[in-house]
Amino acid sequence: MSLADATALVLFLAISIYAVFGGADFGAGFWDLFAGGAERGRRPRALIEHAIGPVWEANHVWLIFCLVVLWTAFAETFASIFLTLFVPLSIAALGIVLRGSGFAFRKVVPEVSRQRIYGAAFAVSSVIVPFSLGAVVGGIVSGRVPAGATAGDPVSSWINGSSIVGGLLAVAVCAYLAAVFLAHDAHRLGEEDLVGYFRRRAIGAGVVAGGLALVGYLVLAGDATHLHEHLGDRAFPLVIGSALAGLIALALLFRGSVRAARGFAVAAVASVVWGWGVAQWPYLLPTSLTIEAGAAPHGTLVALVVVTVAAVVLIGPSLVLLYVLDQRNALELDDSAASGDQGREPATSTGN
Amino acid sequence: MAFTLGVHIILVPLGVAWAFMILVAERKAIKHDDADARLLARRWSKVLAVTFAVGAVTGTVLTFEFGLLWPRFMGRFGDAFGIPFAIEGLFFFLEAIFLAIYIYGWDRLSPRAHFWSGVPMVVAGIGGTASVIAANAWMNQPSGFTLNAAGKIVEVDPLGVIFNRAFPYEALHMLVAAYLVGGFMIASVYAVAMLRGRRDRYHRLGFLIAFSVAAVAAPLQMVVGDTVARAVYRDDPVKFAAIELVNRTERNAPEVIGGYLDDQGRVHGGIKIPGLASLLSGYSTNTKIVGLTSVPARDRPTYAQVNTVHLAWDVMIGIGSALAALSAWFGFVWWRKRDLPKTPWFLRAAAVAGVAGVVAMEAGWVVTEVGRQPWIVRNFMRVEDAATTDHGVWITFVVIVAVYAAVAFATVLVIRSMTRRWRAGEETSGPYAPTSGAP
Ligand code: HDD
Ligand code: HEM
Ligand code: HEM
Repeated sequence: MSLADATALVLFLAISIYAVFGGADFGAGFWDLFAGGAERGRRPRALIEHAIGPVWEANHVWLIFCLVVLWTAFAETFASIFLTLFVPLSIAALGIVLRGSGFAFRKVVPEVSRQRIYGAAFAVSSVIVPFSLGAVVGGIVSGRVPAGATAGDPVSSWINGSSIVGGLLAVAVCAYLAAVFLAHDAHRLGEEDLVGYFRRRAIGAGVVAGGLALVGYLVLAGDATHLHEHLGDRAFPLVIGSALAGLIALALLFRGSVRAARGFAVAAVASVVWGWGVAQWPYLLPTSLTIEAGAAPHGTLVALVVVTVAAVVLIGPSLVLLYVLDQRNALELDDSAASGDQGREPATSTGN
Repeated sequence: MAFTLGVHIILVPLGVAWAFMILVAERKAIKHDDADARLLARRWSKVLAVTFAVGAVTGTVLTFEFGLLWPRFMGRFGDAFGIPFAIEGLFFFLEAIFLAIYIYGWDRLSPRAHFWSGVPMVVAGIGGTASVIAANAWMNQPSGFTLNAAGKIVEVDPLGVIFNRAFPYEALHMLVAAYLVGGFMIASVYAVAMLRGRRDRYHRLGFLIAFSVAAVAAPLQMVVGDTVARAVYRDDPVKFAAIELVNRTERNAPEVIGGYLDDQGRVHGGIKIPGLASLLSGYSTNTKIVGLTSVPARDRPTYAQVNTVHLAWDVMIGIGSALAALSAWFGFVWWRKRDLPKTPWFLRAAAVAGVAGVVAMEAGWVVTEVGRQPWIVRNFMRVEDAATTDHGVWITFVVIVAVYAAVAFATVLVIRSMTRRWRAGEETSGPYAPTSGAP
């Protein structure tokens, strides 16, 4: 494998991790949005708050990492993508601001009316961002981004069959992952009735996501021929793997084995991302620019490989530490009441 | 871009230096079983969580903006310019991970483990700042790459990119600035509280920790800044000429405070101190200072830009000197009496110092950035060749400004509401629990 291929592999690894973990955080916002009225939605919202609070910023850094690797290793591709797809990318950027700040703010303001404003910013943008990013991927795979740091069509590059399916699929997948994860979190935090609540939603979202994936496969046949062709041969094992994992996850969810379903759900989603990568290979921009031709000079790629190794050594264990502490309920503030309704008790540790 | 960076940079001193101050407070809490210090550290970390989140999302917008606004720059130089950002990515990861452990770990981790979970946060803040500055310094002193005849990068030496000539001094200057600005920002909040009569031990301690950090950084920054200025004199004579308002190359150049150049390049107004600019640059009034006209007009900043640079320079130096003097005052009184200066004027000055520090830092950035014009990569790429030609850019810009204004406003409101509740004796517990109405 050439150094350029290795770098592309790193990029895809980062994209799939972001799709799973970042995706689940966005999906949590989706369920927040549709949790219903304030009374009814209170407990699911408190659970969502609790579940993604400690981890979303770390998960979000994967996006930064992907962008930085893309612009360093494949600078020209980065330029083409941003020149062509600036509309959905701008929307995504603004959505990210609203989501992050909305989420951070709503947790610390006391007034319900203001919590609702910030909460709405968080929840709505949690749906818009994955849609935009999915549409961007659709524009890329269908060959609407020209090589050579030039701009393609600013409108049809993201308003087209592949992009729309891509966007919808992204939203559905995020919602699916989130519901599976949240069902498990509910169990971990001893809120048994919410386990069922999110389990039902996971099943619904899983069915929708699976259906959209099928539709997408058909749309790609007419719109993204290169990708479609190789999803049918080279990447076919991944397509089948994804379908199987998805079905097993559904069966486990029906049976109520939420914990076991998690792994299969992740595998189903990751295989879709990998299927995309394998099918698109050897192109960065199908079918005008290959990885080899679009890659940065040797020195830059070496630097990126070194950074990746450093990331595996340094960031890997730190992330594991974060997730382990989180899953063992070690990351909880006693004054942030998880169940959500007795927040007004006076401080116990006030020192002044 | 300049606007979003200008906003983002205000949050940077908090992310970098405040984490350090929080650890100072926590260490005191652990060592002396000091409840006030513990409460300070805990509350500070909660506000830091908010400003960090805003820093993270405004930073993400910057990442997108490199593509949205400067696609041609990134397409051509991303191979080199991107490397420091890849390293920065590592530090962001570390910072985000340990910040989460630190903020959410107060109750369930042992005090020692909790303290140590904060240390990587401080280290990552320093490393992250150094990496971004490496990218900025590279724009000022590009190195570590080979171009072919068509101007395309064909080989890159990563270490040459990172350790460009401007890196050591810019990075150090910015780091000290982060501690200086962060310290004065936090101290000014407590200065205001003390002026309003809340002079208990808790507020005093908050003031002292933050102000001490700043009081060490401020005089140090004068020394570092002086080194930076001499380095710019050596490495980037045109920028230096803009700083000192030197139109034609001359010896025995005066230091002009205030004043401006007209469109013929003549100096108007201001106070001239004969020979001082030369003296400061080369320790002799005979030192030659290269003038703006040494390069063709299209390769140097316009006179309007030169005047901006010079004004910003005066602001940075003026505020820097005043802050160093304030620090010296504090240091002297503390050394003699182990107490703050008695007069309310001290607290009043400290209250203003927070904003002043931010202004000085922004001014420093204007010196660096406007002084580099018309180049985006000095001597290699012009700003006009780097930008996108999309017409939609204006819409993006207006929307971004509006959203940033809203987020900035909300940040202030939120932090105020947190502190109000603390004053009323409640911890912010933030259950998202609307009790009436539908969202
Ligand atoms: C609180 C902030 C602060 C204070 C008190 C000072 N500076 Fe500064 N200065 C900055 C904050 C700053 C900065 C962080 O905003 C800049 C912008 C880019 C950089 O690396 O540092 C800067 C840039 C900057 C530059 C341009 C560097 C370049 O373009 O490569 C020079 C020559 C100086 N400074 C010199 C000084 C001197 C001589 C000072 C005092 C005697 C001084 N600064 C005080
Ligand atoms: C790593 C850090 C930075 C990078 C990579 C960077 C990049 C750039 C670029 C590409 C330009 C030229 C295009 C333009 O005119 O907008 C520019 C100009 C500018 N930047 Fe920065 N910048 C950095 C930090 C900052 C900060 C923190 C400020 C804060 C105030 C700032 C203020 C400005 C200003 C005022 C200009 C306008 C110059 C002019 O057009 O006359 N920059 N910068
Ligand atoms: C002088 C320039 C800069 C410095 C010193 C700096 C430093 C920092 C620091 C310390 C943080 C951590 C967040 C916080 O504590 O609030 C941060 C966040 C961030 N900055 Fe900057 N930054 C600078 C400019 C830039 C530029 C030019 C970019 C564009 C690529 C950028 C992108 C980001 C991103 C993406 C984050 C969020 C990271 C996360 O999620 O943890 N910053 N920056």
